[in-house]
Amino acid sequence: MSEFTYLGAADLKRPDPAAPDAESAFFEYAYIRDNLAGPMAELWYHGGGCRSWLRVVRDTRNHEIESVAPARPEGGRR
Amino acid sequence: MRYSAFALLKNGLAGNRGWTPAWRKAEPKPGYDAIIVGGGHGLATAYYLAKEHGITDVAVLEKSYLGSGNIGRNTTIIRSNYLLPGNTAFYERSMKLWEGLSQELNFNTMVSQRGILNVFHSDPQRNAYARRGNAMRLAGVDAELLNRDQVRDYLPFADFDNARFPIRGALMQPRGGTVRHDAVVWGYARAADERGVDIIENCEVTGFRIEGGRVKGVETTRGYIGAPKVGLAVAGSTSRVGALAGLRLPIEAHVIQAFVTEGIKPLIDHVVTFGAGHFYVSQSDKGGLVFGGDIDGYNSYAQRGNLPVVEDVTEGGLALFPNLARLRVLRSWAGLLDMSMDGSPIFDKTDVAGLYLNCGWCYGGFKATPASGEAFAHLIAKDEPSDLIRPYRLDRYRQGAVLDEKGMGAQTNLH
Repeated sequence: MSEFTYLGAADLKRPDPAAPDAESAFFEYAYIRDNLAGPMAELWYHGGGCRSWLRVVRDTRNHEIESVAPARPEGGRR
Repeated sequence: MRYSAFALLKNGLAGNRGWTPAWRKAEPKPGYDAIIVGGGHGLATAYYLAKEHGITDVAVLEKSYLGSGNIGRNTTIIRSNYLLPGNTAFYERSMKLWEGLSQELNFNTMVSQRGILNVFHSDPQRNAYARRGNAMRLAGVDAELLNRDQVRDYLPFADFDNARFPIRGALMQPRGGTVRHDAVVWGYARAADERGVDIIENCEVTGFRIEGGRVKGVETTRGYIGAPKVGLAVAGSTSRVGALAGLRLPIEAHVIQAFVTEGIKPLIDHVVTFGAGHFYVSQSDKGGLVFGGDIDGYNSYAQRGNLPVVEDVTEGGLALFPNLARLRVLRSWAGLLDMSMDGSPIFDKTDVAGLYLNCGWCYGGFKATPASGEAFAHLIAKDEPSDLIRPYRLDRYRQGAVLDEKGMGAQTNLH
């Protein structure tokens, strides 16, 4: 539909399924969101361009973009 | 003052000088029996608290002016065409309340049961819609599966032979329709005020006073207000306000846009939805076509959207009704959605005693207003949910008892 596609919060890390607290960690991962009103780090896919994942810090109150960087060095969700 | 034909005649003859304001502009008192945060579902909640449970020492706090939030930002559609048992019963209760609302509130809320048509475009989609229609009928809700020729009777001007999305038929709920949303605000506000509820505008909650795990009151931009019971019905601001009380919730705030065109002669007699994309439309009494579509698809608290979705929504509309192509759009606006992770609402107590939660309305908060208010009032007054809202408990995500009407969450890429 548009040049960029949204994935969501950048800092959600898939928990280790072998960890003893995996059940509760997966519940947090799948359902609970900080849902910040203010600068939020998120992942966007530049499908209509360089086809890479970007880590974008965007203010959710006014859509102002503060910074953009490739997601890979951050080790975020891809 | 009771509204009636006689009152209209009397005041009309007296030069319309006898009308009084519909509700008081209340100043906050130091304390109440209950505080409801949010002047949308909150107004309905306060009304039913006063009427059904005799709790009249209630304040409704609205952060801006009354009607500025989602209750005045929706596309006014009411329906109860759901598939899952928990949803069907709840939304049908809401429909029943809509049907008697004008008499109940002594206020013309302009409930118009003009029928809603969900148009489908393929055989698999016919099966899915037939299944939903059957589920509705089993639950006592009206539903009719229309074939192509029957749809032609309702919508002769639609593009039946569109190369990509030919119309194969529609699922119709004849009792669905629209309601004048401003009248719902005014009607509930007036009826609640009449029963002693204080409606306090421009009063934003900035914090909670919690002692020993029990809520004592709220800090607001107009000072501290005490109450042993506080209900949150703040839709798109749920995460923000909830965080002030230490709640972490399965909610994402998203933005959805709506549009209205210039007024034209009567064209679309029903509410119509497009099955191959996301587009829904009805015609207002003033003649404008009111329509909308998908959420923008990224977290937002901005109450405004962006152009790619405008293009997407209008493309969907034109695939259905090419004759709308030259209409001009007069206005567009956006509201904040509290997208829950399974697409269904949440009613529950919280870990803080006396603090109650009403949220997760996704696309569908407006049509739920009466039933939401009624159920939330029950939850607050009795400290336990009514049977109607037991499926909507907060811990259903942890328990795996999600109510995933469409098998999609907060994300547009799943829609």
